[in-house]
Amino acid sequence: MWIYEKKLQYPVRVSTCNPMLARFLIEQYGGADGELSAALRYLNQRYSIPDKVIGLLTDIGTEEFAHLEMIATMVYKLTKDATPEQMKEAGLGDHYANHDNALFYHDAAGNPWTASYIQAKGDPIADLYEDIAAEEKARATYQWIINMSDDPFLNEGLSFLREREIVHSQRFREAVELIKDANSQKKIF
Amino acid sequence: MENFMINNTMNNANVMQQSTRKSYEPFVGRYDPCKPITVKYYETPPQLYLGFQPPGLEQFPPPEALKRGTLWPALYAPYSNPYETP
Repeated sequence: MWIYEKKLQYPVRVSTCNPMLARFLIEQYGGADGELSAALRYLNQRYSIPDKVIGLLTDIGTEEFAHLEMIATMVYKLTKDATPEQMKEAGLGDHYANHDNALFYHDAAGNPWTASYIQAKGDPIADLYEDIAAEEKARATYQWIINMSDDPFLNEGLSFLREREIVHSQRFREAVELIKDANSQKKIF
Repeated sequence: MENFMINNTMNNANVMQQSTRKSYEPFVGRYDPCKPITVKYYETPPQLYLGFQPPGLEQFPPPEALKRGTLWPALYAPYSNPYETP
């Protein structure tokens, strides 16, 4: 079970109404390498992985939902009072026709989220390597969005999220080392 | 500006000195329609070099760690657009 804390992991501020940026950011919401994919991937893989790394997948999967919530807040703020005209100008006319200004789980190109973005192979190395790759892909996505964003407040939040991808990648890499060495003595540094 | 020197030394004692940004020079064709990008950059953050994190590493003070997104200076690698013209 989970305990919900009614605050964001990192405060989200947005300086201007910018539906175009929201359109790019939605990649991290419902895209293949987005936070939803990450959370569901880790929280599902954890049932069939060696005991010593289950906790890591639970922790990181949980944190991904906190990131999802931050992205949602960013997208919401960037589009909150955008008029249909502004949505159209930002290339969000198709989105508006279907969803008004509501959020939806799709990528920047409008493809709906699908479970085929994630995998549970049941092989610990295959699964952890997928997780490491997922973190690096998410880090890269944040970089490309930062490259296109001119919103300094938003970039603070994005930089925080990118740094978390680095830390998660590090921990998954350590998880690989742990299960590789499962039968040997504890390492002394 | 940061130092974009290519440094591929995989020396553990050297981990903290690793540059987290590398570059290469892509081929420029004679008839490329877009203005050529002469240098392409890519990131090589610290998790690629650290290995299993050793105990007792230096830490940021907690409020600073919350802001940066990591407790560990060894894992902190901020990013800014390398193609931005100042």
